[in-house]
Amino acid sequence: MKKFLMGMVAATAMAATAASAGTLVINTDTSDPAPKEAFEKMIKKFEAENPDVTVELNLFDHEGYKQSIRNFLTTDAPDVANWYAGNRMRPFVKAGLFEDVSDIWDDTGWQDGELTGSMAHAKKSMTIAGRQWGVPYTYYQWGVYYRKDIFEKMGIAVPTTWADFIAACAKLKAGGITPITIGSKYLWTTAGVFDYLNLRTNGYEFHMDLALGKVPYTDPRVQATFDKWDELVKPGYFLENHAAYSWQEALTPMVKGEAAMYVMGNFAVAPLREAGLTDDQLGFFQFPEITPGIPMAEEAPTDTIHIPANAKNKTDAKRFLIFMARADVQTEINAILGQLPINNKSTVKDDKFLKAGNDMLNNAYAMAQFYDRDAPAEMASAGMKGFQEYMVKPERRDTILKRLEKARQRVYK
Amino acid sequence: MTIAQDAQTNVTLRQSGWWKRNQRKLMPWLFLMPGILLFAVYVLWPIMSSISISLYQWDGLSPATYVGLENYIELMDDEEFYTALWNNVRWLVCFMAAVPIGLALALFLNQVVFGIRVIKSLFFFPFVISQVVIGLVFTWFYEPNYGIIAPLLNLVGLEGWAILADEDYATYGIIFAGLYPQIAYCMILYLTGLNNVSADQIEAGRMDGATGFSLFWNIILPQLRPATFIAVVVTIIGSLRSFDMIAIMTQGGPWGSTNVLAYFMFEQALSEYGYRMGYGSAIATILFSIMMIYILFFIYRMYRDEKRGL
Repeated sequence: MKKFLMGMVAATAMAATAASAGTLVINTDTSDPAPKEAFEKMIKKFEAENPDVTVELNLFDHEGYKQSIRNFLTTDAPDVANWYAGNRMRPFVKAGLFEDVSDIWDDTGWQDGELTGSMAHAKKSMTIAGRQWGVPYTYYQWGVYYRKDIFEKMGIAVPTTWADFIAACAKLKAGGITPITIGSKYLWTTAGVFDYLNLRTNGYEFHMDLALGKVPYTDPRVQATFDKWDELVKPGYFLENHAAYSWQEALTPMVKGEAAMYVMGNFAVAPLREAGLTDDQLGFFQFPEITPGIPMAEEAPTDTIHIPANAKNKTDAKRFLIFMARADVQTEINAILGQLPINNKSTVKDDKFLKAGNDMLNNAYAMAQFYDRDAPAEMASAGMKGFQEYMVKPERRDTILKRLEKARQRVYK
Repeated sequence: MTIAQDAQTNVTLRQSGWWKRNQRKLMPWLFLMPGILLFAVYVLWPIMSSISISLYQWDGLSPATYVGLENYIELMDDEEFYTALWNNVRWLVCFMAAVPIGLALALFLNQVVFGIRVIKSLFFFPFVISQVVIGLVFTWFYEPNYGIIAPLLNLVGLEGWAILADEDYATYGIIFAGLYPQIAYCMILYLTGLNNVSADQIEAGRMDGATGFSLFWNIILPQLRPATFIAVVVTIIGSLRSFDMIAIMTQGGPWGSTNVLAYFMFEQALSEYGYRMGYGSAIATILFSIMMIYILFFIYRMYRDEKRGL
């Protein structure tokens, strides 16, 4: 038995040394078709540019990855792993499982020296405790997707102020059309609405303070956000029975012309097009202004790559991170993903929605990552449950906010 | 040859005097050893480990901090915990319907007609399908616009609504889906039980003038007692560990109103938004103690029956 164990140890050790000699192990959750293709292409490109490195890619199922990463970071770390910006990476940073890559951001770790300038707007979301812990390679915008043809037919102009927005909703409702579709079965869609209402009512700084647990949920400013939400929920401007639908199922009324708007991320465009909506029928606008004068921050969830602290081949891993930060690489990868490059020297794919998103984000005051990435997981879970309940039972608002406040006091302790 | 062999055995036995003296005492333990070992590693140790983790605050990554009974104190003040507990009670009560319905089906199918075996296996079919598939299909049934339930309700003059999105009815919707395979399970238990019902006693009962319900109640049902016992046991256990259906149909929603302890534990300790290992373990410990009450009763009964030589 002892001999057998020794043999095992020796074999593992040998495998480990073999793996570190010019082999770069990358773990990703890019199992969906487009991300898979994008990563495979970029890895080929990287290998062509760096013939001394062989990349070994481990694909994980998108959902399963959230579990797996916790295991492999501690037990069998790859050299590169993908993850998300903001507070989503905080647990791993805090547990010392992600490598500090501030040198890449400080331009001391690579020769081209352009990262600071071209990705400065994303630096904040990669920073924890004054250091940077990874490199972003793609993001996408959130906003209001709408049926242009219905708006035109009913003589509604694209709303830019809250009053216009409410008026548009009222007109649509009167015309027998559900103003806003949403599928809240899996909760997170409600957070998109909350984030925008809060960002527009109270501004980015307050929104982040709330996500970081510095403000109670019973604060009058949160109440103000919910007052605005009331103006949409109480007259029934959201899709009926939304708690029974997933976000994809909630697309159906929009495709059928029974609903006119959807507060969503850009990933909704692909299924809407597949369902037969043309670019003449489908439009996008920025979530309207609520409190005048508050700088417009946007929701732009960012995907990132990191080097695990236990990685064996950190030199090549760093080369890969730098490679992924490059403008030409980000142009290519995002053309396949149908998303937006972070590097502002990249070019955006010729697509109506991507162009609109790019213009919006380049002028954004700041970028939020989405409620469930900005706030810690436990708070997000309680929060999104509360948002869903509120959207069905708006009269319970005070009870819900009190419950969220209780959760806040526990989570941020 | 036999003499030589015997002589040799005697020598061996004399050599290992201690073994001989204790053979009778040791043998049962040696035979039990594999079972005890497996039970200790796969059952006892995880239970002990859960109970000890429940005294810590731990996210699975950072070092754990000892918090004493804090997780339990927090649990006592957690609305979601009471919702989950109450739902467990609802599951327990409603799930019991599987036993009489299963019995009724078994009685109905227990006849000698051409092709009855095929029909029996068709009735057993729901139990063969994975719970996940059943959950998914029932979710489609309940879908408010395209599902089958809403038009049926319209037919009888009721308005169809999104059952799984309604906090008051969603749990019953899931239990109903859960009953579908459970009834089949109880039915098969009773069908095998009915095979063993003694024909003599039925005959004797008829002689004494028992017919219909009184024949069933006084002659057949008592003979089905072992089957009833097992059916009740598996149904109670099934209701307490209801998880798959909830995970597939509602994820505990809307806003946690269909949560049960098993799913609540998963949500707190292992889901995307959780990783509170200590808190999850505290829920597990509570669920374990609830089950323990029942298991102890079950063990006591078995012990008593065996003592009586049944």
